[in-house]
Amino acid sequence: MVTVAHYVGLSFVLFTIGVVGVLIRRNLLTVLMSIELILNAVNINLVAFARQLGDLTGHVFVVFVIAVAAGEAAIGLAIVVSLYRLKSTVSLDDASEMKG
Amino acid sequence: MTFPFPASDLLVILPELVLTQLALGILLWATVVRKGREATLAWVSIASLAAAAVLIPVAARLSGPLPRAAFGGMLTLDRFSIFFKVLVLLATAVTILFSLKFVGTSSYPGGEYYALLLFSAVGMLFMASGTHLVSIYIALELMALSQYVLAGYFKRETKSVEAAAKYFVLGAFSSGVLLYGISLVYGAAGSLDLGDVARSLAATPRSSLLGVGIVLTASGMLFKIASAPFHVWAPDVYEGAPTPISAFFSVGPKLAAYAIFARIFFVGFGPRAGDWAPVLAASAALTMVVGNVGALLQQNVKRMLGYSSIGHAGYALLGLLAYASGTDARGENFGLWAILIYLAAYLLMTLGAFGLVVLLEAKGYATESVDDFNGLSKKNPLAAAAMLVFLLSLAGIPPTAGFVGKYFLFSAAMKAGWPSLALLAVLMSAVSLFYYFRIARAMYLVEGEGELRWREEPAVAAAVAVCVAGTLLLGILPQPFVALAKSCLLP
Amino acid sequence: MDVSLALFWAFAAVAVAGAVGVIVMRQPVHSALFLLLTFLAVAVLFVVAHAEFVAAVQVLVYAGGIMVLFLYTIMLVNVRRQAGEPYLHRQAGVALGVGLLLLAVVGGVVLGDARRLADAHAAAPAARLTEVVGSGVAAGNSQAVGWLLYREYLLPFEIASVLLLVAMIGAVVLGKRTMEKFD
Repeated sequence: MVTVAHYVGLSFVLFTIGVVGVLIRRNLLTVLMSIELILNAVNINLVAFARQLGDLTGHVFVVFVIAVAAGEAAIGLAIVVSLYRLKSTVSLDDASEMKG
Repeated sequence: MTFPFPASDLLVILPELVLTQLALGILLWATVVRKGREATLAWVSIASLAAAAVLIPVAARLSGPLPRAAFGGMLTLDRFSIFFKVLVLLATAVTILFSLKFVGTSSYPGGEYYALLLFSAVGMLFMASGTHLVSIYIALELMALSQYVLAGYFKRETKSVEAAAKYFVLGAFSSGVLLYGISLVYGAAGSLDLGDVARSLAATPRSSLLGVGIVLTASGMLFKIASAPFHVWAPDVYEGAPTPISAFFSVGPKLAAYAIFARIFFVGFGPRAGDWAPVLAASAALTMVVGNVGALLQQNVKRMLGYSSIGHAGYALLGLLAYASGTDARGENFGLWAILIYLAAYLLMTLGAFGLVVLLEAKGYATESVDDFNGLSKKNPLAAAAMLVFLLSLAGIPPTAGFVGKYFLFSAAMKAGWPSLALLAVLMSAVSLFYYFRIARAMYLVEGEGELRWREEPAVAAAVAVCVAGTLLLGILPQPFVALAKSCLLP
Repeated sequence: MDVSLALFWAFAAVAVAGAVGVIVMRQPVHSALFLLLTFLAVAVLFVVAHAEFVAAVQVLVYAGGIMVLFLYTIMLVNVRRQAGEPYLHRQAGVALGVGLLLLAVVGGVVLGDARRLADAHAAAPAARLTEVVGSGVAAGNSQAVGWLLYREYLLPFEIASVLLLVAMIGAVVLGKRTMEKFD
């Protein structure tokens, strides 16, 4: 039997990989992808709990999360393109005119 | 298919509806307005915000007795939300006044800029009244997406784009953490409606699923208000974003974030207050230290104000903590009304200080240094006096709003059983004197070299004057405000 | 071992492998392809959990829309990596250690709790995920979600439409090459 515990475990693994990705990678594109991993982990949790509770609220929330993720990706990638035009880099460490 | 809610529910969101419509109108209108005549758009935007503000009491009166739940519990119009809505609209309007010349003299289009500010305001209005985690989340993201764009709006300025990139990564990451926390809470509580969550939490035994969920939700919220240890890039964002937008960031989104922070944690997670209070306490202590010590080291004024606003976030956390500790002998809540007073004071003094930074024309993009204030008292005594009022207020010296806010906040923390944190807060306020004093010294004791760079902007000057008046009024006559704040508490 | 459990383990393994690929690959385009793998595996897992509508949205929006956006951007920002240039932060080791610690401790706690939850209550009948809320009519998962989305969640749905408009304006404002208006 697949139980909610299986899904929650998988979701936690993906969440951790996403967080580690955000923390260790310098490339902004990879950081954005890691954030998408975190959102996928959230969606897995929501779907699993919806199944456990027999409650469709979880599914509806996933639809909203995906819609927001799409909007966020559009803006995030536009910022990446702007940054690249100015500095010819998409790396956050190189983006450091500001210090302190 | 018929409209699934009573038609009067639309009245509840009347201000939001009207503001959204007007923002769309401005967006359309902007396509036919020439660059150089865009000031009209700004004034129409301000008028739209004023219209929304006027409609708030109308909506409250027409839609029935408060608190009024609407859209199947998605949001609730109560006095708490009205308090935040008015402050948010005020912050947005002042930001637009600050932007008039800043955007007008640049080569960037104004229409989209003002429209995005208004959309962001719509998101904050919904945040203030959201009582369901779905509506709160979606409103939060509406606010945040508009702001990522505004941070990077001056897209040929490297600092602006860098600020946008950092703000975006920070914001999107914190939203992810917040969501993950919410998803665990959903699993443990079985609902996303804050009232149902509270009922479920009160009925179920403690579980680590819930505990981890609450801690992650708290972490996400602490990110949003730029508290330590999640403050890392906040000063970069304040420095790099266009100055009016930095002013906006340090006030608008923070107020809205405090509104949902308070609502999620007191209405939703209230039954578990004992579990999450220590997390907030640790963060509050760290935030006060990091913000105030960090500000000591800064030369750039915007950056210094950024660190100082981190410090202020720490003080405000004390209020949340005090509130979590329950009620005193007279059955009165300790902290919440003190936060409301404090946030109102914070809004006035922070916007005012940023207004003077806008008026002191910068030498280049985001290079505003403390030296820009040299000799201001000789060349423009009124401006120097205004800045002095804001500095005194930020440092918490009577007779200003900042003193009143801090006094109530710290004594609430004291009474609620966090005396060591209150002591630390007083100590950090003393530290803050040093860096605020540096600006005062530059204005009054240092001779300015050469011509003072100064923008003649009556609109900004008027906004600053209003902030001065408000700061002093709240400082000298706090009683009516206290009564008002006490009537705006959460149920 | 029943079919759904076999499916779960197979695709969970693919999802985790894809996720690891995303964060260890040097080239963004390789990361993107691994991300696609994870998205698709997660979509299959959604079907296993009786979330058919969400699975379809996952494929259409994530694997279709967002992925294409990423690939376009990678094409636009053609960064050539010099060999040997660091692609990790200096504190990467620390972050990795903290991450694994987090995984071990918190994950163990959460998982233990989820197990208890699963043992204490059997999952609700899957039929409840295909039933239109409040009517007792058995329909499909898509119809049930749609009913909820356009009725109970009408307000967030409308706010989401404003949000997507903002995303569109934002992408245009930031992405357009010249912003000047001419008189």
